[in-house]
Formats: sequence, C-alpha cells, structure tokens
Amino acid sequence: MNFLADIKFTPLWSDWLVYLLFFTLAVAFFYVRRHEHLLSPWRQIARRKLAMIALIVLSLYAVIGFIDSIHFKVALPKQDSSQQTQYSAETLSVLDVILKPIRENDEKTFSAPFALTLFAKENIDVNGKTIRDYPRLKYGGAHLESVDERAADVFTRFLHGSARALVLLAVLVLLALIYDARRKGIMIAAAIHRLVRGEYEIPARTIVLTIGLFIWVGMVLAHLAPYYHVLGTDKVGQDVLYLSLKSIRTGLIIGTLSPVIMLPFAILLGVMAGYFRGWVDDVIQYVYTTLNSIPGILLIAAFVLMIQVIIDNNPDMFSNLAARADAKLLALCLILGITSWTGLCRLLRAETLKLREIDYIQASLSFGVRNMRILTRHLVPNVMHIVMIIVVIDFSGLVLAEAVLAYVGVGVDPSINSWGNMINSARLEMAREPIVWWSLVAAFMFMFVLVLAANLFSDAVRDAFDPRLRK
Amino acid sequence: MFAYIVRRTLYAIPLLIGVNLITFLLFFVVNSPDDMARSQLGNKNLTPAAIQKWKEARGYDKPVAYNESASGANKFTETIFFEKSVKLFVFDFGTADDGRDISHDIAERMWPSLAIAIPSLIVGLLLNITLSMLLAFFRGSYIDVTGVILAVTLLSISAMFYIIGGQYAISKLLHLVPISGYDDTGLEAIRFLILPVIIGVISGIGSGTRIYRTFFLEEINRDYVKTARAKGLSESWVLFKHVLKNAGLPILTGVVAAIPLLFLGSLLTESFFGIPGLGSYTIDAIQSQDFGIVRSMVFLSAVLYILGLLLTDISYTLVDPRVRLN
Repeated sequence: MNFLADIKFTPLWSDWLVYLLFFTLAVAFFYVRRHEHLLSPWRQIARRKLAMIALIVLSLYAVIGFIDSIHFKVALPKQDSSQQTQYSAETLSVLDVILKPIRENDEKTFSAPFALTLFAKENIDVNGKTIRDYPRLKYGGAHLESVDERAADVFTRFLHGSARALVLLAVLVLLALIYDARRKGIMIAAAIHRLVRGEYEIPARTIVLTIGLFIWVGMVLAHLAPYYHVLGTDKVGQDVLYLSLKSIRTGLIIGTLSPVIMLPFAILLGVMAGYFRGWVDDVIQYVYTTLNSIPGILLIAAFVLMIQVIIDNNPDMFSNLAARADAKLLALCLILGITSWTGLCRLLRAETLKLREIDYIQASLSFGVRNMRILTRHLVPNVMHIVMIIVVIDFSGLVLAEAVLAYVGVGVDPSINSWGNMINSARLEMAREPIVWWSLVAAFMFMFVLVLAANLFSDAVRDAFDPRLRK
Repeated sequence: MFAYIVRRTLYAIPLLIGVNLITFLLFFVVNSPDDMARSQLGNKNLTPAAIQKWKEARGYDKPVAYNESASGANKFTETIFFEKSVKLFVFDFGTADDGRDISHDIAERMWPSLAIAIPSLIVGLLLNITLSMLLAFFRGSYIDVTGVILAVTLLSISAMFYIIGGQYAISKLLHLVPISGYDDTGLEAIRFLILPVIIGVISGIGSGTRIYRTFFLEEINRDYVKTARAKGLSESWVLFKHVLKNAGLPILTGVVAAIPLLFLGSLLTESFFGIPGLGSYTIDAIQSQDFGIVRSMVFLSAVLYILGLLLTDISYTLVDPRVRLN
C-alpha cells in the first residue's frame, strides 16, 4: 500500500509562512554563494568558534521547528473498499511521529525525572488491601522490577547510546573528509591530518566536537526516553521532554515571523523617510514615534485583548481549535512586529540620510534616474546588512518576551505548546513540598540555549557586517 | 533654551493625540462595545438587557463619536469618544470596573513602584558602570573576553528565571526575607523591598555591562585619550577623568529617558512579589480585562515616555555644549 495515500497534509497558516521563510533562506543562501562581496563577511563569521557553535545550535532548533511544521492527518482504516477515506481528527506533525515513543507515554500526573513512581502518594490496591503508597508509573521504568535495577539499566542504555553516537559521528566525519579530500585531490590521511592539526580555515575541530556532542545527547536520549521520563512528567502526565521539544516551533515562529512580517514596511518607510526628507520624513517619523510612545507590552496586551474579542465573537471563521489557536499566534506575531519595526525604521532612515549624499546616488540623480529605481536598485540593497543585523538581534528578545507574555496572560493560546505556557503552569507548583522543579528548569534550559546561541551569533553577525566596526 | 523647551513640548501634543487615536481605535472601533460585552459576559444565554447593563455600568452606552439625540455642544461631549478618550488629556481616567477611581488608585500605587524602581536604578547603574569600566580597563585580555561572554550569558537568561530562582533560593531555602508582600511602615518595608531590588539589579547586569562597555571602548582610543596618555597620565586617571566623562554622555541620556517610566514600575517584579504598585495594577487589569485601566495606563505611559524624550533632549544640551538647540 502506498504510504503517502494514507495521509493528508493539513498545513496551518503559520506552516505556510514557515515554508516561505525556509524557501527564502535557501534562495538567499545560493544567491550569496555566487557573489563574492556578499560571501566575505560570512567567511569571517565561519572562522569564529563561538559563532559556529551557535550556528550549529540554531540549525538544530531550526530543523526541529521545521519538521514540527509539517502537519498531516492519518487515514483511518477502511471498513470496506467502497467507503470514502476518512481521516483521524488528530493532526500530527513529522516530529510527533519521530517522538511517538515519548508522545504516547502519558502518566497520570507529576513524576520526577527517571522516576519509577508518581510524585505523590495515592491509595492503591495491593492483593485486595488498600495501602497508601507511591503508585508505579505506567510507562516510566515499567520494564524494571524495582528501583535497585535502575542505575545499572540506565548505565547500560547510556553506554549503548554513546557507542552508537561515536560510530555515527566517526562515519559522518569520515564521509565529510572523503568529500573534502576528493575535491582538493589530496589523500584521505592528509585530510585527517589537517583536521587533527586544526589546519582548516574554519574551526573544524570545534564543529566536529559540537556536532558530536549533539549526536551523543540525541543518541543517549533515544535510548533512554522510551523507557524513562528523562525530564519527568507534568501535571497531566505528559512527558516534559516532549513538551519542551514541541515548544521549539512556537519559540522560533515568534522570534522569526514577528520581525519578518513588518519587514517590508520598515524597509520601505525607513528608506523613503531618509531619501525624500521633507513632509514624507515628518509623517513617517510621526508614525513611528507615536507607536513607540506606547510601551510594547501595553500595546500588545491591548491588541491581544481586542483580537480575543474578535475571535470570541466569530467562532465560525475557524474550522477547528488548532486553526483558532494558530490565528491567535499569527496575530501575536503581527503585533510583536508592529511594536518592533520602529527601531529598524529609525536606523534605516539615518543610514539613508547618509547614503543619499554619497556620489553614486548623486550621480544617479543627475542622470535623471527615477526615484523608484534609486530606492530599489541603489538604496535598499545597501541597507540590507542593517536589516539582517537587527532581525538577528531582535530574535532573542522576542523568544524571551514570549514567556513574559504568557505570564501576563496575553501570550500564545494555552493549547499550543510553548516554553512560556510551560513556565506559567509550572510556576504554580513552586509552593509544593518537595518542589516540582523539572518542567520549570526544562523550559528555562531550552529557552536559554536558544537565546544564548542567538545572542552569540548576532554578535558575530554584527561584527562581520557593521562596516563601522570593521575598520 | 526656553523657546526650545516650549517647541519640544508643543511637539508632544500631536504625539499624544496620535496615541489617543490608536487606543480609541483599538478599544472602540475594532470591536463595538456590544462585542466586548458579549466576550466578557460569555456567549451563553445572553440577553440584550444584560449587555445594556454592562455597557451602562461602564458608560459605553453612548454613541461612538456623534450624539444625534443630544443638543448643542453635547452632540459631541455625550459620546464615548469624548467621555473615554478626550478626558484622558486632563488625566480624568474615570472609574475601574470595580467602581474605584482610577486616578486615585494610580496616585496611591505610584509610591511602592518608585520604592523598588529608584534603588534598582541607582544600584544597577553604579554596578554596571563599575563592571564595564573594569572590562574596558582590561580590554582585549582574557578578563575582557570572559566578562563579555559572561554578560551575554546573563542577558540570555529569562527575567522570570531570575525572579523565580531568587525567590526560591533566598526566601524559600534560606528564609532570609519574605517571599512576597509589602508593608509601607518605614524600616519594615526594607525587608520586602530588598529581594526585588537585588533581583532587578542582577537581571540588568548582563545587558547594562555589555552596552556600557561599548560606550567606553568607543571613547578609549580617541585622540584626546591618546594625548592624555602621552602626557604621562596613569591609565586609571585617564579612565576616570577623561573617558568616564565622555562615555557618561550616552549613559546619562539613556538613564534620563528612563526616569519618567520609573513611575510605571516593573510588571513582572511587582506581580511576582505582590507589591501594590502600578506594574501589578496594570497586569491585574490585563488579566481581568478591565479595559478602563488598560486604556488609562497606555495613555499615562505614553505621556511619561514623551516626557522622557523631552528630558533627554534637554539634558543633552545641558551637559554637552557641542549639541546646538535646533
């Protein structure tokens, strides 16, 4: 039977935007590769160790976010051949399929990382008698007789995972070296020698170690997660590792779509203000100063409250709850974009004011080149580096803002997995004794790694692209 | 100077009108008061009488911009636009959903906000300047590199982590100060304020130190600094006497812009620590969907932001004679 015939792709609106984003990135990648003057700052970035580690971390998050954006429904088994194909109500993503072993291991309620039992005592029946004890988990460590076997079992699984990771890494490195040796026409031994001695232009050893670390963590988790709740379970018994991984998509969407949605306006208005000056400049400056006067969080709150009213009053607009939550997510991205484009607009205006006095623009003006052509052919390409720096810098702030917005109550829909929602629900359990710390710590860690990587990468991007600093 | 201040103040008026129009559009045009009533009261078994009652209680039962039934000037004043938006200009904020006077609440809640915001600002500023000068002094060395990476790490941590972690470590494990609460009787208040202030300072170290360091580095290789060194002055004398003065300019203007906003307090800190300031007032209003308070706070903070811009411009002209007034 054909596998593809059994599934129906059901992309959300945000999925299409994610695909568009990745497509644009791919086009930009190939465009930059063919233009040496665009490529050279990237070469500079590629030589920095921290930047490359950060880039690998970001790519890993991006890949997880991307495969979590491919949504589909699975066909239900047919009763007879004449029947029309029916699809399940549940929408899955490719990530859900990969994470199947931990997605379906739902316990009853809280359990600590690697626990065999629930977190709280309950009344349980043992041979007809009711005693009060910690009930065993349905899935976590269910293959073990008692807690004494756990350490040995975890250790063997850990060793198995590590060994496979090592083999996988060795194969990958070897393939990369063979490719490189073929291309350069040198012996493979020479390529290995170059790697060990660190003679590549890029920090190849650091890259190998970083990728190795992630393969190692991934492999060990793949060996442990189906048998234990590595990061514990939350209030309704869902695996925290699964929730944290699912939240990556939300974090990335908020961090990337928000600045990108308003990008065309920010670029156009900023460049126009600087180029035309006069009343155009006054009007545009007035618009962004006014928007800036309202503190972001209040504007977001007011906007989200109003969107909520619209959604409440028009339930027919959305086919199901997921589409509704998705619409709210996009609305949130839109307002986050509206609050953050003003800074970029101001920078672009200042840069354009400088650029328009430079000879090549003055020359085009005296040749009688039309305004529109000067704007699009000469000014916009020359301010794009500022756009990129700002988008990368904004990213980390937006990821952090999501958690705050969830706390304020104007964040993403509670039905969408996000670190903010995880923190918000875990926060209420802080008063428990002993404390339920794992969801909180897991959400903060996943967020921290992403934000740290983004910040380190944005530092490198700024150093490489900001001509003022390059001098 | 006086003419300049007057001109800048006049420029604030169209900005405030703009802010007012945006809030008016958001709250009354995007959704009709009927929509808001339906959303707040829930859609089930909703009678027109209940909607009418909800609207009357908030004064939303009038026409939006033009009242046909009233006479004379009242055609314009007996409207939602006049009652809810124009009156904001004279700081008449009306009443909240629970019937309390918003202006009175704001005046009262301002003080706890300031009690946290002012010490946090001063301590944070001194600490950040010290640390960034230290990094600038050791520029290019391992101390500098480690310091910058540490700063980036600190600023990558969510503000909520600082608050939750601080509450857990200091209040719950060590029992040094109460987890949350507020008391405004003299010394007793310090016990409640010290933790929020410490956390406010720590969460700002990363970004503050990193930015201030770049301010110092921008000045540190200028010609006048080289001259000072060439004269044989010691590096620390150069740093304190020459570099600090000039790098202080962007720091100062940044701080001046933030001063008016101190009144608003911090949303997260106040809400987590149960401090009855304007930050927690705002957050409570958002969570209980009290549109009246949210609207008032939007307008108030815009006023304070514009005041901050004005103060920045004035302070620039006062401390930097190179900036001319125009």
